[in-house]
Amino acid sequence: MTELAIQAHGLCKTFGKVEAVKSLNLEVPRSRIYGFLGPNGSGKTTAIRMLCGLLTPTAGDINVLGYSIPKEAEALRLKVGYMTQKFSLFEDLTVDENLQFMADIYTLEKKLKHERIGLAIEHYGLGKLVKQRAGTLSGGQKQRLALAACTLHAPELLFLDEPTSAVDPENRRSFWEALFDLVAEGTTILVSTHYMDEAERCHALAILDKGSLVAEGSPEELQAAIDATIVIVETDQPRRVGKMLEQQSFIHSSAQVGNVLRVMVSSDQATPEKAVSDVIKREGFNLKNCKIAKPGLEDVFVAATRERKTAV
Amino acid sequence: MKSLQRILAIVVKEVRQLRRDRLTFGMIVGIPVLQLIMFGYAINMDVRHLDAAIADMSGTSASRQMVMDMSESQIINVIEQVSSVEELEHLMRQGKISVGIYIPPDFDRRLHQANRAAAQLLVDGSDTVVQGAAAQLAQVASQVRTSPYNDRPPVMELRTYYNPERRSPVNTVPGLVGVILTMTMILFTAVAIVRERERGNLEMLITTPVRTSELMLAKIIPYVFIGLIQVSLVLLLGHFLFHVPMAGSLLNIYAITLVFIVANLALGLVISTLVSTQFQAMQLSFFILLPSILLSGFMFPFAGMPRPAQMIAEVLPLTHFIRLIRGVMLRGASLLELSAELLVLCGFIGVFMTLAILRFSKRLD
Repeated sequence: MTELAIQAHGLCKTFGKVEAVKSLNLEVPRSRIYGFLGPNGSGKTTAIRMLCGLLTPTAGDINVLGYSIPKEAEALRLKVGYMTQKFSLFEDLTVDENLQFMADIYTLEKKLKHERIGLAIEHYGLGKLVKQRAGTLSGGQKQRLALAACTLHAPELLFLDEPTSAVDPENRRSFWEALFDLVAEGTTILVSTHYMDEAERCHALAILDKGSLVAEGSPEELQAAIDATIVIVETDQPRRVGKMLEQQSFIHSSAQVGNVLRVMVSSDQATPEKAVSDVIKREGFNLKNCKIAKPGLEDVFVAATRERKTAV
Repeated sequence: MKSLQRILAIVVKEVRQLRRDRLTFGMIVGIPVLQLIMFGYAINMDVRHLDAAIADMSGTSASRQMVMDMSESQIINVIEQVSSVEELEHLMRQGKISVGIYIPPDFDRRLHQANRAAAQLLVDGSDTVVQGAAAQLAQVASQVRTSPYNDRPPVMELRTYYNPERRSPVNTVPGLVGVILTMTMILFTAVAIVRERERGNLEMLITTPVRTSELMLAKIIPYVFIGLIQVSLVLLLGHFLFHVPMAGSLLNIYAITLVFIVANLALGLVISTLVSTQFQAMQLSFFILLPSILLSGFMFPFAGMPRPAQMIAEVLPLTHFIRLIRGVMLRGASLLELSAELLVLCGFIGVFMTLAILRFSKRLD
């Protein structure tokens, strides 16, 4: 038994002239939630589709749960669950009918089928919705049903492609609680998202940008390893100061958060807060406060995707 | 066993979805009934009871005899007797009659003159079918001519087999079974897979252990029963509404339609793997339906078509089915006598199913 659930080396996928995924290397350990964080079009969905054998890679090797993909994709099907970005169960069937269908497709025996469906209905709070058509469910309910359906056959590995994009924060919270329940039972989960708060919950993250992996590690590691300093600036004219700061060569970016500016300063500055306050004063703006702050995941994301841009 | 469970799961799902799709469900019954009534009554190639007027200026026994012969042919329905050509022309312009017969005062004398026409047939040429009917009528009239060659047998003796009354529905209804099945069956499966692709269901389905052959088979099974329901409807209506005779056994009829239904469903599956939207699937289905109706022998006799048209027709399932169903229903032929056509249809099933399974990929690229 391998310790890793997913291994991929030099994974590439091109559609015509578009390079959707560029030489991606991945190592996903078992019983962990591994996140793909990236903006739309960063290659998250393409990467997931290649890992579960739906797309043939242009180049690279994939090994998932010991199976060589895409060659042994059919054998893998029984051991993985895949939740698509768009709700993909049958909207004109009821909750119960959808679950029955999935159980039969995975050829669960009669007794096990009833047992698992019963448990899923209870665990995912679908009890009152059993006779309701899937098309009439709310975003959160649909998500719970989809998760229930793709875990009926107790997969070892779960692929979730932006599972909560149509879900309100409260349902998102309970959805993630359910994911941790699955991990506690030994399931490995690969989830793609563009929400920072979701990314923060993952055990490990890969930040994707334009098809390339630009940073990898646990959220804490990523935050600690950020190659920049975050300086919080309070001023009366945040818009104009922000624009001015972005012109400076030692400043990577500036973003307004409420009344303050969150400024990312290049790590080659020995005293970043002084460098920032000096330039603000020199340009004749008033400055109320200027202090160093702990970097967040969003800063990591901005720094990582920015490095790409300058590198190209 | 596992395969069976998966196939059954999809079949049950299809039936449930179908039951909830009211419009499609209505079409299963609606299309055959409406088509049968429309085609049965409207496609009437042998025209009867054309309204006619007669201007008999001669009034002899020979002229009365001719008018009687013409009326008996049932082609015309004499609604008025007038006394001049002008009146006939007037009635035709008004659209009250399609045919006018003018018998001149010297009709008897003209009859004996081989080089002159004895009477005039005025025909409304705006309808080609009426024109054709009039030609038939002229034949009837020619029998009255008492020429020096009277002792010879008539130019042509007309005898019609299998449909002695020359009623269109007898020919149309069996063919119509095929046309309706072509129309509905191809479309059902052509849309079946594309619809799931459009709704995103397919991306989920192909990540499950279901095999391509299982998916294809399960997509066909429910519609086979729907096809059989439609056939029964058409046959029942054909029998009670149009009194279409049934020379062969009912079992044989169902046997050949079953083969034809599966061939069409398989063809639909092939279409489904070729297109990416339901709209395209519909267009492609009609692209096959139209030549099927025109070239299969359903509307025009196969023998009269030019060679290229016949070659196209040979690759259409409907062409072979028309030969089969007419053979069984009207001539009472046995399946053994028609085995060649039956084999062709089975061949179609094999080719279409293989194509569909090969073309359908459990991949997205």
